[in-house]
Amino acid sequence: MTTAQTTMKRTMKRRDFLKASATAAGALALEFCFPVPAAAARALPASPATTEVNAWIVIHPDDRVVIRTARSEMGQGTLTALAQLVAEELDCDWAKVSAEFASPNEHFRRNRIWGSMSTGGSQGVRSSQDYVRKAGASARAMLVGAAAQRWQAPTTECLAEKGLVTHLPTGRTLRYGELAAAAAKIAPPKDVTLRDPKDWKIAGKSVRRLDIPDKVRGKPVFGVDVALPGMLHASIAQCPVFGGKLRKVDAKDALAMRGVKKVVREAEFVAVVADSWWRADQALQKLDVDWDEGDNGGIGNAQIAAMLREGLDAAGLPKARDIGNVDSAFAEAARIVEAEYASPYLSHATLEPMTCTAWFKRDGTLEVWTSTQDGEAAMAAAAEASGLPLEKIEVHKMMLGGGFGRRGFPQDFVGQGVKIAKAIPGVPVKLMWSREEDMRHGYYRPASIVRMKAGIDKQGRLAALRTTVACPSILKALLPKYLREDGVDFTAVLGLADLPYTVAHQRVEYAARNGHVPVGFWRAPGQQNGFYRECFLDELAHAAGQDPLAYRLAMLPLDDKNRLILEATAKAAGWHSPPPPGQHRGLAVMAGFGSYAAAVAEVSVSAGQLKVHRIVVGVDSGYVVNPDTCRAQAEGNVVYGLGPVLYQEINIRNGRVVEANFKHFRLPGIAEMPKVETVLAPTGGFWGGHGEPAILPVAPAVCNAIFAATGKRIRSLPLTHHDLRRTDST
Amino acid sequence: MMNLNVNGKVQAVAVEPEMPLLWVLRDHLGLLGTKYGCGISACGSCTVLIDGEAARACAVRAGELAGRKIVTIEGLATNGLHRIQQAWIDHEVPQCGYCQTGLIMSVAALLAKNPQPTDADIDRSITNLCRCGTYARVRAAIHALAKAGGGERP
Repeated sequence: MTTAQTTMKRTMKRRDFLKASATAAGALALEFCFPVPAAAARALPASPATTEVNAWIVIHPDDRVVIRTARSEMGQGTLTALAQLVAEELDCDWAKVSAEFASPNEHFRRNRIWGSMSTGGSQGVRSSQDYVRKAGASARAMLVGAAAQRWQAPTTECLAEKGLVTHLPTGRTLRYGELAAAAAKIAPPKDVTLRDPKDWKIAGKSVRRLDIPDKVRGKPVFGVDVALPGMLHASIAQCPVFGGKLRKVDAKDALAMRGVKKVVREAEFVAVVADSWWRADQALQKLDVDWDEGDNGGIGNAQIAAMLREGLDAAGLPKARDIGNVDSAFAEAARIVEAEYASPYLSHATLEPMTCTAWFKRDGTLEVWTSTQDGEAAMAAAAEASGLPLEKIEVHKMMLGGGFGRRGFPQDFVGQGVKIAKAIPGVPVKLMWSREEDMRHGYYRPASIVRMKAGIDKQGRLAALRTTVACPSILKALLPKYLREDGVDFTAVLGLADLPYTVAHQRVEYAARNGHVPVGFWRAPGQQNGFYRECFLDELAHAAGQDPLAYRLAMLPLDDKNRLILEATAKAAGWHSPPPPGQHRGLAVMAGFGSYAAAVAEVSVSAGQLKVHRIVVGVDSGYVVNPDTCRAQAEGNVVYGLGPVLYQEINIRNGRVVEANFKHFRLPGIAEMPKVETVLAPTGGFWGGHGEPAILPVAPAVCNAIFAATGKRIRSLPLTHHDLRRTDST
Repeated sequence: MMNLNVNGKVQAVAVEPEMPLLWVLRDHLGLLGTKYGCGISACGSCTVLIDGEAARACAVRAGELAGRKIVTIEGLATNGLHRIQQAWIDHEVPQCGYCQTGLIMSVAALLAKNPQPTDADIDRSITNLCRCGTYARVRAAIHALAKAGGGERP
């Protein structure tokens, strides 16, 4: 073992893997990085498969093309979209393409050849499109080079298209499968020219997703489906009060139960290992566990609200934005409008619970199978928990039964799975959390309270806007390196600190108040600000007696992309024509995750019961790689965005989460699904995401429509705390 | 030891009678297409057919299943792909896909009883939860199947 390796083993902590990287679009990509300086890179694998043209592309003699991708697949379609981008530049036959996940271990040994493995922030396509397309174009040039060598012809006489290289003067052809081995030996070109998206033949098209056929057959593809010879199963319990520790466990009864093999005690959890998951879980419930709850056992909703209110009132808060002079503008304003908005903690509630299978093998290596949004981070967590150097660890990336941010940071479930398996060396152990454990040990969407104060001029225009945000900081909790020096967390002020509206005087202040409840990246982190901002804008439009669309457009420059998507969406929804009888409309717009999104909601409220009939949702992502997948993401974002409007909330009592399962934390069902019409309006010139942006305008559009229907202004969610019956008439 | 008829095959399993069918399928018979989502019959990810009726495998105990015919996603198609699975591919229904096997089994039970379901029928009988929000495509695929008609009974 080299010195570099031993050093790494000793000092490796998760924070060491963090690295800021600005994407071409200037968006901040949050990612883990192996701490491998180029000089310390491990030797490349002895002999890469002869058919590997480059790290991204393997071509078999029968022309099958395997495209490797580094990002995870959690339903968002990135596996297919990235393969489309590579195949587009490679110019192969799409019918012969399959995709596989790049190996994190090989990624480490090959000095991070696949770039970022992090799959969050709707980054999958937009922050790797450049290098994956270059990989495809480079391989195509190598295949052309190999054909030219074979024919002893200049490469300019050779054309690569749909898996064939043709020698134009003679019409001779060679298949990629025949050329791959020779192409792999050719030096990659120094520079390649990428195709103009308007010339795309595979990218930009709604090709069928590569992962769907296996999924409809129920093939075992998810983390929970891992099955290995002799494998045991584990169920886990963590201290119900966040931050608590295990004091002692009486496991006598549990150990006597059928199939039970072991009880694993760690500082933060206890787990039972058995020959089936149900037996492990039954025995877990028979444990007599004494938890040291720490100091947080008395905390509940009221204390958390008080903590946030203290933040709102605190002096000297860091300013996320300060333009003009809000104080003098307020003094000169014709009218002041103020409001306070709030929203609760939310659970990701991925349908597949957290899971990790680990196997300490007799040769001293460790294999891990898990549903992770970041293969690199999973491997780092496995290294930290096992004490093994990275080269002795392999992580198998499984399909995710939903991610939504929960499986990105931190990789808590990986560390646990590894610690449990470490107690039973030589035997693979699959840890799966129960739903109750999953609901009660999340990294929740932060609860927050926001105060907004607007100064309105005589014409009703917004002259000054002051926003104070009290919200736990996700970055402070999980990735402090990304915090601004003054403590501002960009995820907490999304949509506020980058207000698109032309307002001369703006101030956004941020109070980071974290408390003891873990917070994390929940689909479109900061999305609650869309609800706050766009509902408050609606209040201002009504205060000015103006149409909410016209009011916004008057504050958006003509070429602003928020304006363009808002106009396109309003037009598609027929904003200027009356809604169906009994229905009312609301709209909203918000940018994030590289894209611009707008929504128009049509709702009715009858006897206090809300029905969301139709949502038209528009997204401008610059380019669109797979339109059908992007529509599916918009549809999914609408449902994901409706749950928190209707009834979702995570409540804290006695330091712990009240909700335990889907009976308490409800997910919308098919009967609640509105008609969704997606407007894809890519304006080109930039690469935006699709996994999250469409959720941003959903809650405010619905709540603004509720106001139109009832005259009731919804300033806190969910709606279960509001009575929507009209009080202004009978 | 008890005998279970799963996907047309009678198999002996050494499990306690109170073990839910879900775990017999997953951990003892290696049929991993049926998923755990909640364990309280709320999400439908574990939906299978028992004597042709949709049932939530997390809520049915092994001891209740003597002489009953269980069909899981692995046994839905008698030959290649079931037409519901094909419709799911045609409409690109799944996103993450975790709930989809349960959804497909629920739809199989629905269409066997009611080959032309209305939207209200669908709302009433398809109570599976999908966190990715694929419902619009589920509905479209069911209507397409109803329109095409026919198809074998599950």
